[in-house]
Amino acid sequence: MNNFSYARATDVANAVSEISADNAAKFIAGGTNLIDLMKENVARPSRLVDINRLPLNKIEENDEGGLRLGALCTNAETAYHAEVEKRYPLLSKAILAGASPQLRNMATNGGNLLQRTRCYYFYDVATPCNKREPGTGCSAIEGFNRMHAIFGTSEHCIAVHPSDMCIALAALEAIVNVTGETGEQTIDFEDFHRLPGNTPNIDTNLHGDEIITSIDLPAKGFAQNHAYLKLRDRTSYAFALVSVAVGLEMDGDSIIEARLALGGVAHRPWRNLEAEKLLNGKTATKENFQTVAEAIFKDAKGFEHNSFKIELGKRAVVRALRQAVEMKRNNDSQFHRTSTEPV
Amino acid sequence: MHEKSNGEAVGNGAYSLPAKLSINLKINGADKQIEVAPWVTLLDLLRERLDLTGTKKGCDHGQCGACTVLVDGVRVNSCLTLAVMKDGAEITTIEGLASGDELQPIQQAFIDCDAFQCGYCTPGQICSAVGLMAEGKAKTSDDIRELMSGNICRCGAYPNIVAAVEQAMQQRSEGGAAR
Repeated sequence: MNNFSYARATDVANAVSEISADNAAKFIAGGTNLIDLMKENVARPSRLVDINRLPLNKIEENDEGGLRLGALCTNAETAYHAEVEKRYPLLSKAILAGASPQLRNMATNGGNLLQRTRCYYFYDVATPCNKREPGTGCSAIEGFNRMHAIFGTSEHCIAVHPSDMCIALAALEAIVNVTGETGEQTIDFEDFHRLPGNTPNIDTNLHGDEIITSIDLPAKGFAQNHAYLKLRDRTSYAFALVSVAVGLEMDGDSIIEARLALGGVAHRPWRNLEAEKLLNGKTATKENFQTVAEAIFKDAKGFEHNSFKIELGKRAVVRALRQAVEMKRNNDSQFHRTSTEPV
Repeated sequence: MHEKSNGEAVGNGAYSLPAKLSINLKINGADKQIEVAPWVTLLDLLRERLDLTGTKKGCDHGQCGACTVLVDGVRVNSCLTLAVMKDGAEITTIEGLASGDELQPIQQAFIDCDAFQCGYCTPGQICSAVGLMAEGKAKTSDDIRELMSGNICRCGAYPNIVAAVEQAMQQRSEGGAAR
């Protein structure tokens, strides 16, 4: 790890001025991703601004009838919060499907949004990577790309966003509250993470002077009908190959509104709003689920080692929708289980 | 936290190392004031500076759990924690669990259940199990498997580790365990 200086932010305004004063400074909260990246020499901040003592660690009601999640609440505090469990169980399940208990005890909500890809070439400083060093090329496109993206890729980067939490936040249409030099802003979750395009080194639309202060959950939590299905190489403590967050608003057998967000398939949580709308007003049948799955995946483009994600993803969408309708297997435990039933 | 010095000039004096910081930690019940550079992890501080080598360095990347300690009673990976971030915190390591020669029930359970082979992951497994019981979320053996998944055992002693955690949880629920 390179040497760096260290400061403790005293309030949000101080944090913003510290980060604005040095473009090689970084905030540190949980540290679970940043310290790892520093050990690998991928991140080399000149200064760490420790924000852990800022008063951003509450979960409280917001003005929209939903919940406001403090940026510094840990992932574990959020997943196990009584109101989150009751009103946003999709979010609890998604968080608990990710990382390990130790990491969830450390990692914060703001940090979860800002974690970097786990693309092995991004982590390996001996290989070219446009995300780590713009202009050097992408080693994954013609390399070992089993974990990589099938949606929204560019000729410069095919990395995926690794979060589970963010997939649920995308389905819930959360809002990210940030503070910068010009004051407070809100960013719709849909606009928070970027596609790689020509600038894969930039993951989000957060500006360099901005700090995430909280995440607002709208009132609608889909507690009655939801599912988070995560498919991965081991049944625990592994990143998703494909994950699906589903929220359904239902009236009997018919679907009033459907939300679907996919993880492990793109540089950002992946939604296809047109395809989702195909379910609105429809009956919850396997045929209708297959239609929406086909519609989502018609834009998918596989690479040498990850084309399996297309068929796997379609089946995962159908199964997650069925789980959300049935709400049985899902309710057995808040911890994620991948059943032995074929996808 | 106080900056103790401006550090030493390096090379031609074009830049200097950032200052060491003075922090206070309560480690296994004992108050310590320590001067530490900002890039020192809690794990390295424990092992290299304080001779508390019970906490192990496995992967040093938060993937294996061998470095698990309790910070204010919560289990964390000490390899991904900078010591300076924990100024004022109470740290419990494997060395701090027993009262004299009397083991904590979870430590005794690991012996009773033969829950290790080489033993390298064991301090992390035990600290993780203490954290798991304090969290109170594990209800079934499947839950124990899931909630111990941040601790890897290369010898594959998993069935016995689950049995040890079950034994300690049972003793705890029967009120047999004082701690």
